[in-house]
Amino acid sequence: MSTDTDASSTLALGEINKYDFRTNTPSVFKARRGLDRDIVSQISEMKQEPTWMRDFRLKSLDIFNSKPMPKWGGDIGIDFQDIFYYLKPAEKQGKTWEEVPEEIKKTFDRLGIPEAERKFLSGVKAQFESEVVYGSLAEDLAKKGVIFTDTDTAVREHPDLLKEYFGSIIPPTDNKFAALNSAVWSGGSFIYVPKGVSIEFPLQAYFRINAESMGQFERTLIIVDEGAHVHYVEGCTAPMYSTESLHSAVVEIVVKKHGRCRYTTIQNWANNIYNLVTKRALAYEGAMMEWIDGNLGSHLTMKYPAVYMMEPGARGEILSIAFATAGQHQDAGAKLVHAAPNTSGRIVSKSISKNGGRSSYRGLVRVEPGAKKSRSSVVCDALILDDISRSDTYPYIEIEEQDVSIGHEASVSKIGEEQLFYLMSRGLTEAEASTMIVGGFIEPLVKELPMEYAVEMNRLIELQMEGSVG
Amino acid sequence: MSERLEIKNLHVAVEDQEILKGVDLAIGRGEVHALMGPNGSGKSTLGYAIMGHPSYEVTNGSVELIDADGTRHDILAMEPDLRARAGVFLAFQRPMAIPGVRLADFLRHSVTNIRNPDRKEGQELMPMRDFRGELKSKMQDLSIDTEFARRYVNDGFSGGEMKRAEILQLAMLRPQFAILDETDSGLDADAVRLASESIARIGGAEMGILIITHHEQLLEHNIPLQTHVMLGGRIVESGGPELAAELHKQGYDRIRKAYPEAAAAEEAMEAERRLETTTS
Repeated sequence: MSTDTDASSTLALGEINKYDFRTNTPSVFKARRGLDRDIVSQISEMKQEPTWMRDFRLKSLDIFNSKPMPKWGGDIGIDFQDIFYYLKPAEKQGKTWEEVPEEIKKTFDRLGIPEAERKFLSGVKAQFESEVVYGSLAEDLAKKGVIFTDTDTAVREHPDLLKEYFGSIIPPTDNKFAALNSAVWSGGSFIYVPKGVSIEFPLQAYFRINAESMGQFERTLIIVDEGAHVHYVEGCTAPMYSTESLHSAVVEIVVKKHGRCRYTTIQNWANNIYNLVTKRALAYEGAMMEWIDGNLGSHLTMKYPAVYMMEPGARGEILSIAFATAGQHQDAGAKLVHAAPNTSGRIVSKSISKNGGRSSYRGLVRVEPGAKKSRSSVVCDALILDDISRSDTYPYIEIEEQDVSIGHEASVSKIGEEQLFYLMSRGLTEAEASTMIVGGFIEPLVKELPMEYAVEMNRLIELQMEGSVG
Repeated sequence: MSERLEIKNLHVAVEDQEILKGVDLAIGRGEVHALMGPNGSGKSTLGYAIMGHPSYEVTNGSVELIDADGTRHDILAMEPDLRARAGVFLAFQRPMAIPGVRLADFLRHSVTNIRNPDRKEGQELMPMRDFRGELKSKMQDLSIDTEFARRYVNDGFSGGEMKRAEILQLAMLRPQFAILDETDSGLDADAVRLASESIARIGGAEMGILIITHHEQLLEHNIPLQTHVMLGGRIVESGGPELAAELHKQGYDRIRKAYPEAAAAEEAMEAERRLETTTS
């Protein structure tokens, strides 16, 4: 048993916000650094997985090794052999917060998770390093047949359902980081919402990286059956270390006929996290899939949530906010694939760059042959707060059908001297005025968030804006 | 509380072109002054320079607030937000749109800062209930629909709506000295009358007002103590309300003839502007 975690129990140097703290949390098992067949087998063994999953992992490792690094997007300077791929923080998952080890519980207390659960959530999963350490689901939902568990448990307890979809929406061959996740995945959420069941309050998962040089590879699978409805929210944070950590998740979603799924992410990673995530949803007849994606922090984020509209009447919406400040590159965007007639999609992307940060919008709208009467609109707006920051737009459009309506608008604006002056002439300081302008810029997206998250989002933006002037 | 706003020998340049060439003007609290003059004579420049627009460079002269005990506050040394907190207000001729920011949220922040000039960033705002109550009553006074406060600041506002939003801000912020830059432009006769009445009700003995206008209607309910005429970046003549009426009816020919030097300066500035438009 190793306890090779960072021994610092004091708050990180120069604490800038409430997420930048680390605890001295002994782990019950930590795989050695690096990545090879032994490590992958060891993870599978620790989890007592069936053979098919171990074989899936090993095959995925081969695919990972055979694929080159992506040549686009950001500069991925990761030494894959210098990362810890698996760290088990607790013996078992708690069903109450009391059952969660004290140090870990403290972490989530500080992040406000138990409080949020009491107030407005239908269920919670809390993942610390590689494993989900706490899980709950409202009793009435369990009775209706809703499943909300971690994906490891789902492998054991819901093998048929899991096997049908796992890796089918995002196969390991999709991209290098999907292959990596497929090889070393651990934790993540598994959700099944039965036919016609509508879940009123959100289900939330919180992903916390605490240790240094840690790789977190959660794997989430959501199945929304016909006419069912769910809103899933994930929050992600990590403290600041001097070496890089890696977060590389895979999220697969199926929304069946007339089902609705909304997936909200608010991430605020530390500045040295590589955040390379693959997210994709299939929407069937008349179904609605929405991604709301708030990207703050990290050294490099590459994330393009996708909706494949598979059957007539399917709808897909992706709303994305990216905020890049010093030392950060947000390469974020969206992907809409119209694979059937009468499907409609919308992408709204807002990015903010300041203090030398770089944000890029990278998006694809694809219309397959035969997807007649499909409609898509893309709006991407960038706001640049100073002369040293950067914003780029890479919109890709592939249309193989005549009878469609596709719109694209893009704007890049600098925070206006005239706007600042107007607000300052009404007694606002320059910092207050900038923050207000930025808040207004993202308001159309923030107002889509449930109130609690909207408040959190605004607070995060204010934190990012602090010290931005003078 | 300051008793006077005093402008002395004010010279202002924009992109190295001198626009104001020595303006002298003093406004006491409770007084209304009118500032008239042809387009391009420098009226708006005076407003921007007093408020501290970064593109308007003061090259000479002073702008001071003077308290009853004689204490002088050099407002040119202050950032625009501090000028606002010191009691100066500019109603913009063309106010800026701030998309996504609700008028009510912006005003609550603004009112809080102006009423507590020492407030630091991040400190509590004025209590929501108090603010809403006051805003609602002010909006009723000005016959503005309360829905208006939920709209984004000047975003998609008609010309008339923008001007009304400026007057609403004047009513909420109650500055000691207000400069109203063509608050009547783009309004129809009824709207100008309403604006004129509103300003008269907001003003009174507590506020000194400088009304920049081309017309006399706005002055109907705000009889100026003095009317000033600006030409070629200087105030060339001051008089009573009858001067405003004369200028409105007969234009600036008499003024140009009487002050040939200022008229020449006006022409030179005009020529330079024309040159810029053709070369850029």
